[in-house]
Amino acid sequence: MSATTAVTWSRPNQQPNWLVRLFDWKPFLAFACLLPAAGLLLVFLTYPLGLGIWLAFTDTTIGRSGYWVGIENFQYLLEDPLWWNAVFYSVFYTGVATFGKFALGLWLALLLNNHLPFKSLLRAIILLPWIVPTVLSAIAFWWIYDPQFSIISFLLVEKLGLLSSNIDFLGSAWPARFSLIAANIWRGIPFVAISLLAGLQTISPSLYEAALLDGSTAWQRFRFITFPMLLPILAIVMTFSIIFTFTDFQLVYAITRGGPVNSTHLLATLAFQRGIPGGQLGEGAAIAVSMIPFLVFATLFSYFGLARRKWQQGEGND
Amino acid sequence: MASVEIRNVRKAFGPVQVLHGVNVDIADGEFVVLVGPSGCGKSTLLRMLAGLENITSGEIAIGPRVVNNVPPKDRDIAMVFQNYALYPHMTVFDNMAFSMKLAKAPKAVMEQEVGRAARILGLEALLQRYPRQLSGGQRQRVAMGRAIVRNPQVFLFDEPLSNLDAKLRVQMRAEIKELHQRLRVTTVYVTHDQIEAMTMADKIVVMNGGHVEQAGPPLELYDRPANLFVAGFIGSPAMNLVKGGPGEGGFQAEGGAVLPLPGSARGEAGIYGIRPEHIQLREDGIPATVVLVEPTGSETQVIARIGETPLTCAFRERVTARPGETIRIMPEMGLVHLFEAGSGRRLAA
Repeated sequence: MSATTAVTWSRPNQQPNWLVRLFDWKPFLAFACLLPAAGLLLVFLTYPLGLGIWLAFTDTTIGRSGYWVGIENFQYLLEDPLWWNAVFYSVFYTGVATFGKFALGLWLALLLNNHLPFKSLLRAIILLPWIVPTVLSAIAFWWIYDPQFSIISFLLVEKLGLLSSNIDFLGSAWPARFSLIAANIWRGIPFVAISLLAGLQTISPSLYEAALLDGSTAWQRFRFITFPMLLPILAIVMTFSIIFTFTDFQLVYAITRGGPVNSTHLLATLAFQRGIPGGQLGEGAAIAVSMIPFLVFATLFSYFGLARRKWQQGEGND
Repeated sequence: MASVEIRNVRKAFGPVQVLHGVNVDIADGEFVVLVGPSGCGKSTLLRMLAGLENITSGEIAIGPRVVNNVPPKDRDIAMVFQNYALYPHMTVFDNMAFSMKLAKAPKAVMEQEVGRAARILGLEALLQRYPRQLSGGQRQRVAMGRAIVRNPQVFLFDEPLSNLDAKLRVQMRAEIKELHQRLRVTTVYVTHDQIEAMTMADKIVVMNGGHVEQAGPPLELYDRPANLFVAGFIGSPAMNLVKGGPGEGGFQAEGGAVLPLPGSARGEAGIYGIRPEHIQLREDGIPATVVLVEPTGSETQVIARIGETPLTCAFRERVTARPGETIRIMPEMGLVHLFEAGSGRRLAA
């Protein structure tokens, strides 16, 4: 027999208080967690978008609230050669720049995927064009394209003697259009290259070894292994790239402001031009809204056309 | 089909030597298993044979041809990778036909060859599936099918079963062995699992630290291990290796036990080796204290101590002894292995 008596203690059956119970209740927790994000989206996305769409159906100008005019603004745009010009250049700009960014970006990604000395330094350098604020790089390009002080003209005329006079990059329509596309490609390459590099690194090296033993050439390995396996990520990156390029504003506005003679207006710059300096808020909004169908189409095309491949999906055999 | 000769092959990655002069002769149609612990250089040797790694010095010949500078695709070999390396975006058919597609073979030939390999491996119903839709064993078979379709001189397997569960591993082991018996293609197989090596090989090459420790038929390695490393590596449960020296009445172990020595034993024996399955229960045996009893069904593994020397024993009989009790055990005299203490070399006994 032991002389001491055992101390008895049983775990108390604790009832959580009402606040704890409330947060344990799934529907409330979900609501509480979603609230901040939903609030931000509502205030900074839904409201401006809704206002823009509403403005597109009014004849609002700066300083005067407008009246509902139905689709009058859009009817007017269809007959407006400047709008058609902007549509043409937006599509052309997006098409050529996207092609350039992906060709060069993929090439860079493939290079960086090899074992190179100073690999991480090179990767950091490649990110530079993307890190620099757009307006800053636009001003740099403005200088590069300057009719008098352009470094390209300097090199070609003074140093190499290949040309007899300076190039007029921004003075006439087509050179200006291509100059802007070149600047956009320069800025867009890092995003494409780094994203595709991430994609390349997910491809198992043993696949290349297996293909090597199967007798493939370097081109065949790219064509049959790298490219198809990169396609899903390529689709996502391309979707984003198309959206960013089509809605581009800063580069064009900082370098040419749509000129010369409105030849380099994108839909975004034209919308701003009409809406803010021009004061025609309704019409500017209508131009902005007219971008939506193009964006939806481009997104659907690249998403459904390229994104999900049968081999990525799990079970099922159809 | 072809023989393979590996002559004094060395490999260095920068300053790190991983293979220190390896010699292996593989006869035409032979199934050779390279076995050893992780990092012993066995996979590197296989990859050098495949042409995926450069040969630092030495020579590798497939058939009469030295292949040191022959690119992988021209070596006429096929390899099965540890992770199978199936092309995930291609169907089973396309995976198997890929090498022919690259060589621009006619479609009829591709269908015939893939069909033949699929029949051998029982893959006919899966040809239109993607790798994702296959089980581990099926993927393994597709990887083998891709190799068979090539009709190679030499098959290379790089730890092909290590991603499978235990039961499937036994089944695939039998399938690979059977496949080799059917096709009779020279095969080099890398594994770290000595049971795979014992069951499949015509010849085992035991590697350790970039050296070949011993090469020979499985049972020769089991019966006459050339050194301590091979003795400890081959066989499961591992051989008992007891330190000590010849003394009065037998082998005087460091733990105090006296173990019987065969009559021919010489004085320099420093390590006494006896396999667990070569220890018998005998009425007139040495008394030993039971430490642990592990019945596996077919046999009973017992760890028992003679003095302070622990010995693992594997008895065919069911042993009902409990820890702490005393049993009487006796090593089979003819099956004792003796090794030199310093070099670990086997003493001819």
